[in-house]
Amino acid sequence: MAKLTRRAALAGATAAAVGTGGFPTIWAQNIKDVTLIHAGPPVTAIQPIADQATKDLGFKVQMQKVENADLLNRFLSQSSTLDVADVSISYLRYLVGRKVLQAVPLAKYKYWDKTIPLFTKGEYPDGRKASTDGISPISVLYATDITGQKQATSPTDFLTGIPSITNGDTLGIRPDLTGRPVTSWADLISPDFKGKTALQDSPTIGIIDVAMALESSGVVKYGNKGNMTKPEIDKTIDHMLEIKRSGQFRSFWSSFDQSVNLMASGEVVIQSMWSPAVTAVRTRGIPCTFQPLKEGYRGWAYTFSPMAHLSGLKLDCFYEYMNWYSSGFQGAFIAREGYYSGVPENVKKFLTPAEWDYWYEGKVATTDILDPFGKVMEKAGNKRDGGSFWERMGKIAVWNSVMDEDRYLTRRWNEFITA
Amino acid sequence: MSAAQEVIAQQADRRRGWRLPALPDWALSWLQVSPLAVILVVLFALPTLLFLAVSFFDYDRTGIYPAFLFDNYHDLFSTPATWRLYVSSLRFALIVWAITLVIGFNIAHFLIFHVRTAAVRTVLFLLCAAPFWTSGLIRTIAWIPFLGRNGAFNQMLIHIGIISHPLDFLLFSDFAVIITYVHLFTLLMVGPIANAMAKIDPALLEAARDAGASRWAVMTNVIIPLSKTGITLGSILVFTQVMGDFFVVKQMSGGQSASIVSALSTEISAMQYPPAAASAMLLVVFVAVMVAGMMRIVDVRRELVS
Repeated sequence: MAKLTRRAALAGATAAAVGTGGFPTIWAQNIKDVTLIHAGPPVTAIQPIADQATKDLGFKVQMQKVENADLLNRFLSQSSTLDVADVSISYLRYLVGRKVLQAVPLAKYKYWDKTIPLFTKGEYPDGRKASTDGISPISVLYATDITGQKQATSPTDFLTGIPSITNGDTLGIRPDLTGRPVTSWADLISPDFKGKTALQDSPTIGIIDVAMALESSGVVKYGNKGNMTKPEIDKTIDHMLEIKRSGQFRSFWSSFDQSVNLMASGEVVIQSMWSPAVTAVRTRGIPCTFQPLKEGYRGWAYTFSPMAHLSGLKLDCFYEYMNWYSSGFQGAFIAREGYYSGVPENVKKFLTPAEWDYWYEGKVATTDILDPFGKVMEKAGNKRDGGSFWERMGKIAVWNSVMDEDRYLTRRWNEFITA
Repeated sequence: MSAAQEVIAQQADRRRGWRLPALPDWALSWLQVSPLAVILVVLFALPTLLFLAVSFFDYDRTGIYPAFLFDNYHDLFSTPATWRLYVSSLRFALIVWAITLVIGFNIAHFLIFHVRTAAVRTVLFLLCAAPFWTSGLIRTIAWIPFLGRNGAFNQMLIHIGIISHPLDFLLFSDFAVIITYVHLFTLLMVGPIANAMAKIDPALLEAARDAGASRWAVMTNVIIPLSKTGITLGSILVFTQVMGDFFVVKQMSGGQSASIVSALSTEISAMQYPPAAASAMLLVVFVAVMVAGMMRIVDVRRELVS
């Protein structure tokens, strides 16, 4: 922790010196009385980020960490008590059109032209179109007007939120215990790992992971894995029931810590997992790989939006915080969890060259690599799983989703879990 | 009159002076029940009415809409998951009830009839209660490293050569769920049963023995009938705990089994409040009917008053 603070302080100093934007830029007298409340999930609403923002900006930023459904609830029912919504893009389906959020005018955001084309155009840098299965960023990021109550199908001058964090998820494995190389999503349902696999106990994500496996083993074909039709849901759940009865799954996890413990204890050798959970297992000195698979990744992203009630000075402070948020400190912090920023260029200044090479370039670590809390998570000489930023983010097969048939999906998922 | 007595008399006078006009009996009894009544009405009855209303509402992804539809109940009753959940929860409840009853009854019997001194009894009671000083969550999770595939118990068995491969059924199984329930809830059985047994006049037992009753006859004809209230209360506590559980099933079955409440929470996570409200109503009605049934078998109220 001591190391982290020192580095944070250094990074802050560098920012001031190179003048990434010269915060703060609002000089109102009463700015110090402003407090922005930033509500987000535990993986992104991180206290040291709020502390640094408070220091750099001259007004106060407070973090509220809340888990998924509670977070959504808080946005919907208590939106006037919060100022900043830090939310998964698939949840925008619940929030847009309910007068909870307002849009961000492109002109207020300094870094849109530096934002990766995956968000601005739905393309990879080499011009290939990215997958639109599931809820792709391009389908939800643009708003029709400043009220932000409707999503636009083509680029406009308004954003429902600025993309803050992204990653491609894949399966986590214990390379020392799988006994053979794992190369495909189909391995999740392979009899080789009977009784040693786990799934995330969430209909929206769990079913997509299994769909990747079923599709790749040729059992089911999908029009859009991220937005299944009723017959597709039926086929998938029926197969899942069969697989469950055969004893394939050891467990279904519903929290970060559970997924870490399942892997660290060796109860499970292959499972759906999050990048920071892989980091957490490795920090304990246990081999764990976030295994790249030939079908590609399940992508996701978070956005950062102003609540509808913000106006005047407070809204100006929000824009200020938003631009600060993308200016690099936050991106560097979450890079050490294995997450990517929407504006990688800005992050570079806040990482050591060795960290940048390891996390973003996929190169061999020239020094020991530390996790966000200052513990060694990778020894010098190793490489990150999945290679460079674009090797990973250039292979999104499907995005996290809230499906049109989510009502039916929830029912069938409960059937699966109770079987 | 001594000085002290004088002070007491003065205080009594003063108190008499402050006294409110005497209330009629009916008002007094209303006043006595009102704190509990207010709590029950505000924190239980009103919310229950609220979700009864919501259970008939229409909904979509963006909101819930006042309506009077039976769709949520239709969905609930036509899903095989609902029946499976109730069967599985009832099965857990029955097994756990039977085990905690046997263990709880014996512990209570030992504490009341075999332990001779009150001091030792108090110490033993405290020992029973000691695990409750930590939270139920911790007592649940603590089983995981013990029962796991590479857990303490498996390693011990392998080490002493009883088994060659770890036993998988120990964790993330019904076995794990039941063992955790028994660990968590046995005390709920011990308390009420011991309380009922403590009220039994030892002279009755002596009289029975003098009249030539065997130990078994004393047990079945004297102790068990007189502990009925405690047994019923303990059973209600254990039963409602198991039916309303969310955490233990989820943790210890590794999500392999679900409970009624965990299915409900999946619905809440998907922002589907009306069907969640319908599931909750069904659970409330079901548990209320079961408890009413138990109360019919033993008139707990009469037994407690007498």
